[in-house]
Amino acid sequence: MAHPAWRPSADLATLRLRAELLARIRTFFAARGVLEVETPALSAAAITEPNLASFSTVYSGPGARYGQRLYLHTSPEFPMKRLLAAGSGCIYQIARVFRDGEAGRRHNPEFTLLEWYRVGFDHHRLMDEVAELATELLAGRLALAEPERLSYRELFQRHLDLNPHQAGVAELAACAGARGVPIPPGMPADDADPWLDLLLTHGIEPRLGAGRLTFVYDYPASQAALARLRPDDPLVGERFEVYLNGVELANGFHELGDAGEQRRRFEAENAARRSLGLPVMPVDENLLAALEAGLPDCAGVALGFDRLAMLAAGKTALAEVLAFPVERA
Amino acid sequence: MATYSTNEFKSGLKIMLDGDPYAIVENEFVKPGKGQAFNRVKVRNLKTGRTIERTFKSGDTAEGADVVDVELQYLYNDGEYWHFMDQQSYEQLTADAAAVGDAAKWLKEEAICQVTLWNGVPLSVAAPNFVIMTIVETDPGVRGDTSGGGGKPATLETGAVVRVPLFVQNGEVIKVDTRTGEYVSRVKE
Repeated sequence: MAHPAWRPSADLATLRLRAELLARIRTFFAARGVLEVETPALSAAAITEPNLASFSTVYSGPGARYGQRLYLHTSPEFPMKRLLAAGSGCIYQIARVFRDGEAGRRHNPEFTLLEWYRVGFDHHRLMDEVAELATELLAGRLALAEPERLSYRELFQRHLDLNPHQAGVAELAACAGARGVPIPPGMPADDADPWLDLLLTHGIEPRLGAGRLTFVYDYPASQAALARLRPDDPLVGERFEVYLNGVELANGFHELGDAGEQRRRFEAENAARRSLGLPVMPVDENLLAALEAGLPDCAGVALGFDRLAMLAAGKTALAEVLAFPVERA
Repeated sequence: MATYSTNEFKSGLKIMLDGDPYAIVENEFVKPGKGQAFNRVKVRNLKTGRTIERTFKSGDTAEGADVVDVELQYLYNDGEYWHFMDQQSYEQLTADAAAVGDAAKWLKEEAICQVTLWNGVPLSVAAPNFVIMTIVETDPGVRGDTSGGGGKPATLETGAVVRVPLFVQNGEVIKVDTRTGEYVSRVKE
């Protein structure tokens, strides 16, 4: 990357590969009768998750004499669910999304998400479809072994020999210490999730999905986000993640359709934001009203398109597959 | 001293960890899509040279280390300390054996050295990349051999020992690369 900053950081062959992958994604969904949709990037409401930071801007013009605060979406999830509740049937979107605070080898504050929803699917059936799509897109570029599927519990048991749903902070900290994972200053004494994230990112993730798609499912209920809890095991949420060659590729849910439960989670996340000194986000009342009206039983997944392109191109940094990453934007 | 946010981390930045000054060697941002963001850094202890891994929660801060590199002139060794002088201010600074380390054998009076100061005190000393020194002891070579193959040990005026070609004689002045400890050439006085 000795090129001057006006030049793209991705080479032309990679940009052609991106275009080809996008065309193949559209063919894949057209063949399955999944409808391509577009939803707004700007919204009056925003995600409440404390670990996601939304960019905000101000709209001034007709209808907003004094200016209206709008947020750039971090994923098109909420309006897509409103379409589903309105009877759209299965839908997909290729959306540019925005996340403040994220830049690095595998992060860029704006990136492309492929997000799709399948009515009547649960998260396991959707994992099958993710595997089909990824295998088709990577064919001839990356030799893949059969996908593997293991629960979050099995993952931690296999790699770190502990039960993530029962281990307390003391046990997680001891495990990090024993595995030589450096413990950051200021880790909370009363919240296991950052400790699980520390162990996952430092102790497990680099080895996940070596030469094959690895699906991790049934996350702790505290990390369920927008997934429904498992009816027979309320300790876990029906959420999954997809890894390939140590790269987190996609996150999916068997979607939560209970408006009351969704409102409680939004409020709990805003309460967590308040205690962390983060701004409280306006809750998406349109989403809650759509859930109230009835979300069809469905599963949805968001896949990082740039990361997929990076793996397909045999590259190791997002900058190599983005025409202009944030440093050159 | 200033504090630095993880958002300012980059290689070369000097920060304090557990009371020691460190330089960041590598900085990587890692974050599960829905989870806590971390900065994974490799840092080099500027006192010991040892590199270790540390992790910060993204957005946290670290105290900056008051570490600067300055050019100082080496004056003399009093048996315990090495004395240097700032040629602009004429201020004199003393460095101990831990700071001077392996550079000691290459230090010749009046040499200009790069000295790393921590809170104004020498932390490490780098000898000049090349030094010119007189050979004080070496076996007589074979006359006529100019190939330089093989070679022989030669002791220099500071006590350092380097391998020199057979034709180089006692009392001659040579140029040495201090980074490799290798003979470069003879120098005409």
